[in-house]
Amino acid sequence: MQTVKMVVTGPFNAGKTEFIRSISEIEVVSTEKKISSEAERVKAHTTVAMDFGRISIDENLVLYLFGTPGQRRFDFMWEILSEGMLGFIVMVDSARPETFREARNILETFHAYAPTPYVVAANKQDDADAWEIEDMRIALRLSSQVKLLPCVATDREAVKKVLLELLYSILEEMDTSDVPSADEKRSVG
Amino acid sequence: MALKGNLRDFSITQLLNLISMARKTGTLILERSPEQLFISFREGKLSYARDGTDSSGLAMVLYRSKKLNAAQVRAITQKAQGITDKELGLLLINSNYLSQQEILTSLQSYYLNMFNRLFTWSEGLFRFENELLPPADKITVRIGLENLILEGTRRMREWEQLQDEIPSLDMALKFSDRPGVNLRNLNLNVEEWKVISFINPKNTIHQIAKATKKNDIEIRRIVYSFIQAGLIELIRPVGVPVPPPPVQSKITPPQASKTEQKSLIFRIISRIRSL
Repeated sequence: MQTVKMVVTGPFNAGKTEFIRSISEIEVVSTEKKISSEAERVKAHTTVAMDFGRISIDENLVLYLFGTPGQRRFDFMWEILSEGMLGFIVMVDSARPETFREARNILETFHAYAPTPYVVAANKQDDADAWEIEDMRIALRLSSQVKLLPCVATDREAVKKVLLELLYSILEEMDTSDVPSADEKRSVG
Repeated sequence: MALKGNLRDFSITQLLNLISMARKTGTLILERSPEQLFISFREGKLSYARDGTDSSGLAMVLYRSKKLNAAQVRAITQKAQGITDKELGLLLINSNYLSQQEILTSLQSYYLNMFNRLFTWSEGLFRFENELLPPADKITVRIGLENLILEGTRRMREWEQLQDEIPSLDMALKFSDRPGVNLRNLNLNVEEWKVISFINPKNTIHQIAKATKKNDIEIRRIVYSFIQAGLIELIRPVGVPVPPPPVQSKITPPQASKTEQKSLIFRIISRIRSL
């Protein structure tokens, strides 16, 4: 049985666990813990090690989805989780601009760990306070080549679209990988 | 017990607060190679500051604050060789060329400029010498530390943010591809224009700072404002090889031919579409 993995990362409370939960065929194996810090009490639980979801592709292939912990104090897990991934998704809470800078830092960190394809999912687009996609692109300083996709992590179809876009990016990367410095051309900024 | 250590363990604001509270007199010597700063205090107040590599006298301080022009400084250094700062100050006041207040304001600004640099130091060795006082011929001031610490703390926060946004001065800059933006229509000051003139993928920010005589915080501030305005982008300098990713050896992408890899991705795509 062959296994491949993708990583879902992003700041605290960006919707990573929900994203995996929407698409995983198994109940997400979550290492959530009650929030103890008052400052981070925007939700009751947070992921402390990782979330783990699974999609059986066929009888010989399984896709694992790993969700990273969003809080910086657990970032020792990031490097471990990034090892061998096909690509990664950076979840951003569209309604919390104060987390954009952190999202940007996470994106750069992951890209440094493993220069694999990635997409950015602008989550919670159904929230009344959600920023416009193009405003978010500027705020996150994403070049036009980077896919910034509207998303609602509780909506399975939206989650599928984000995953598919990442897979298309992986294919594109394979097609261009013979061209030197393809990675150089992809600006994260 | 000697007051010495590293700013990494005891921050500059803690140190200054201690000097202020304990009303210390003496000189704080700070070293972060190749820089060395001497900041003197009298009863917990800032009295004098000098850069270890810069022995500028009063004439140069007044020149920098545009109170004297280059010809006047030349004349002073030629005709009044060996004159002390205090003597020069008296001479300028008695000849009604400058007021005492103008001289003190220039000196305060010079000392504060040096003092404020401390807030960008997150590490560096320090020691406080009780016996070391400003040279007798230098003009000293008296500035309370409370407001300076508050202002410095704000600078530290700004510095941290600037470091976050521009982590390395070894990056180069290029103009953003924004058709329709005409630089001539921008409202830039002289210092910003100077920086703009050096923007080129071949020049690192560090080189631009050197060419325009800016310290780390000044160049970061200008570059940050340009980035925020969407005028420029950070890039790797031309000619510098792409560094290998830090953990590349540990990354193990599927070991298969490209055709097999593509087939694998197509299988995943097909499955997800069907979900």
